[in-house]
Amino acid sequence: MHADPQGVLTGAHFLDGDHAACEGAIAAGARFAAGYPITPSTEVVERFAMRAPTVGGTFIQMEDELAASITIQGAVWGGVKAFTVTSGPGFSLMMEHIGYAAMTETPCVFINVQRGGPSTGLPTLPAQADMMQVRWGSHGDYEIIALCPNSPQECFDLTIKAFNFSEQYRVPVFVMLDEVVGHMTEKVIIPPAEEIEIEPRHFTKKAPKDFRLYEPEANQVPDMVKAGDGYNIHVTGLTHDQRGYPDMTPPMQDVLVKRLQSKILDNADKICLFEKENVEGADVVVVSYGITSRVAQRAVDQAREKGVKVGKLRLITAWPFPERVISEIAPTIKGFVVPELNLGQMVREVERCAGGKTRTVRVSHAGGTVHNPESILNAILEVAR
Amino acid sequence: MSSVAIPQNPVEPFLRSERMPHIWCPGCGIGTTVNCFTRALLDSKADLTKLAIVSGIGCTGRVAGYTNLDSFHTTHGRAIPFATGLKLANPELNVVVYSGDGDLFAIGGNHLIHAARRNVNLKVICVNNLIYAMTGGQTAPTTPGDVITSTAPYGTYDPAFNLPYLVEAAGAVYVARWTTFHVRQLAKSMAEMFQKKGFGFIEVLSPCPTLYQRRNKMGDGLDAMKFYKQVSKIKHGAPTSEVALSKSGEIVVGKFVDRERPEYIGTMNTYLEQQLGERYVEPHTLSDDGGCSGGELEVISCNR
Amino acid sequence: MPRGSVSIVVERCKACGFCVEFCPTKVLALSSAFNSKGYHPPHAVAPEKCSGCDLCGMYCPDFAIYGYRNDKNAPKEDEADAR
Repeated sequence: MHADPQGVLTGAHFLDGDHAACEGAIAAGARFAAGYPITPSTEVVERFAMRAPTVGGTFIQMEDELAASITIQGAVWGGVKAFTVTSGPGFSLMMEHIGYAAMTETPCVFINVQRGGPSTGLPTLPAQADMMQVRWGSHGDYEIIALCPNSPQECFDLTIKAFNFSEQYRVPVFVMLDEVVGHMTEKVIIPPAEEIEIEPRHFTKKAPKDFRLYEPEANQVPDMVKAGDGYNIHVTGLTHDQRGYPDMTPPMQDVLVKRLQSKILDNADKICLFEKENVEGADVVVVSYGITSRVAQRAVDQAREKGVKVGKLRLITAWPFPERVISEIAPTIKGFVVPELNLGQMVREVERCAGGKTRTVRVSHAGGTVHNPESILNAILEVAR
Repeated sequence: MSSVAIPQNPVEPFLRSERMPHIWCPGCGIGTTVNCFTRALLDSKADLTKLAIVSGIGCTGRVAGYTNLDSFHTTHGRAIPFATGLKLANPELNVVVYSGDGDLFAIGGNHLIHAARRNVNLKVICVNNLIYAMTGGQTAPTTPGDVITSTAPYGTYDPAFNLPYLVEAAGAVYVARWTTFHVRQLAKSMAEMFQKKGFGFIEVLSPCPTLYQRRNKMGDGLDAMKFYKQVSKIKHGAPTSEVALSKSGEIVVGKFVDRERPEYIGTMNTYLEQQLGERYVEPHTLSDDGGCSGGELEVISCNR
Repeated sequence: MPRGSVSIVVERCKACGFCVEFCPTKVLALSSAFNSKGYHPPHAVAPEKCSGCDLCGMYCPDFAIYGYRNDKNAPKEDEADAR
């Protein structure tokens, strides 16, 4: 279905990434946000607070991130699309409800504008050091989807995508900005509403007596309802059966948790978005995401000027990790170079998927600023040698 | 006289009977509070389709799972913010939060006082068994002084919260306390609270024979009920500052607070409408086809 | 015919004794029989005294007993309060 024109600010704009993400959320149909102030993400909800009352939306500023991350889930079960926004320390507090959203299959979106950590770290400076936390932060086995925009335009586009994925797979989806992308101002084109594809909420067509809240449809994803429609649903974070009733037994755990995983992993090829450039015939492939992909571009250009056959793989989807593309490239090249604003997170995945078929070289950076392109160039030259 | 068909237990339609028997111990009072809850719903003729119940974690947290309503068993302490989202997104729902003292006042204490401050139209029923029961009888913020718990093997010395005092100070418009002995009054009080707009709160003292009483040689559930009968004093309108509980002292019960304050959603709508005039669009939920229901196209400058 | 009756779901009972203790007309006693979980459920030892006030139903934490009036059109008398 197409976006509701109410709320779509069609036209060319000059927006920062935070504001663009907010516009993406509204275009995607989000009409509820709960938040708690934290730099460098607050601009997203500041804009939403301004926009919401004019588009039939609600913003509430909660007492903390624990509250914000569960308030949105109450809102989802109340029948709206909802999101929250945060950065490192707040994201740490939200882990509890990432698990709850995964377990209860509550479609919702988290926008994380990453800053340097650990702890209070670097409130106003960038990092990409929450990449493992977003995947593994809550306890237990579950899958999520995480997307990494590298421009304000992509903050808009991928936030829409995030809402669409969340409705399609009934899963929490994360838009992983970093401080630089969040605060970078660029041209953002917002298309007409009829050109924006929106995944509607999949409300069941079944009558209450025939409906089971966790009975998977063909794509392994169950249909939704909202409170107040007469279905008398039960939603719990406990291991539950198809009715949603607690059933804390090893067989039920096996069925439920494996489905939470497979509904994402079996569709990984549809979820994994990436940008591949000059990978065919390359000796070296630079794997990057978010702001680092823009810094890496300069290193790639410089390496080409020096005659190195270097390709580029930009991860747009970080989770589920695009295993296939990495494992296909691995045997054909001398090595991967993986720059990221952390001391080695996604590089481990690259290394795992390369499976020993090629070298994987990390270009780590503790965060606070972006890489010097020369550090990436040096790694490229070293691998190409 | 002709024989009459045996009527159904009034609680039965409210139960997910396929889940009975419940997990609560013999002599636990949580089930008693559920009886009162269902009588209150019957009395207040609430539209049960539009009623949602939200619980946190713990013994009382299991109430949501046993009631045949739209029911949500959330994370520990977070029933209130979940309920806030549910209510704000879908204001026609009547949202009841049903949870325990540890859930609402320790891990969830911050959420509770803020929801009371905002005066969100939620009805909170707090079953207070004075202890963390589900996890084995640890000290709660409500545990009175000088009792033995599994984490206070030599006795408690942490001061306890006086729940009605705290909730009144935070802004609740309706505050009452009963015990599971006072079933009729409790049911009446719940029905009264459901009629009120704003944040309502009822504390219900309830026996925990297995974990609170056993360690303190206080007998079983029935002994607790007799104790309630013996030491309770009904004092409607009692200053909440004077209703703190102790291990064996008087239990002041009654309706303490019944006042008016602007309720959150109504205030929000009125205020925003005042500020924005025709630009204000009232919130709505997703339509049946999963999309937003349309409205007037709003054009504002976004090049801030 | 007594004014009221009690209905007991024996298998749900956990023998807390609330209904026996607080029955205003002392209709009930715990039976010497066991249910399948090993509890002694209540039975009506003085059924003729039952007023059908349903106080037992309000107290029972296990939803195992309730009272009802045999003539549901009979005027409601003041319900016995639990005080």
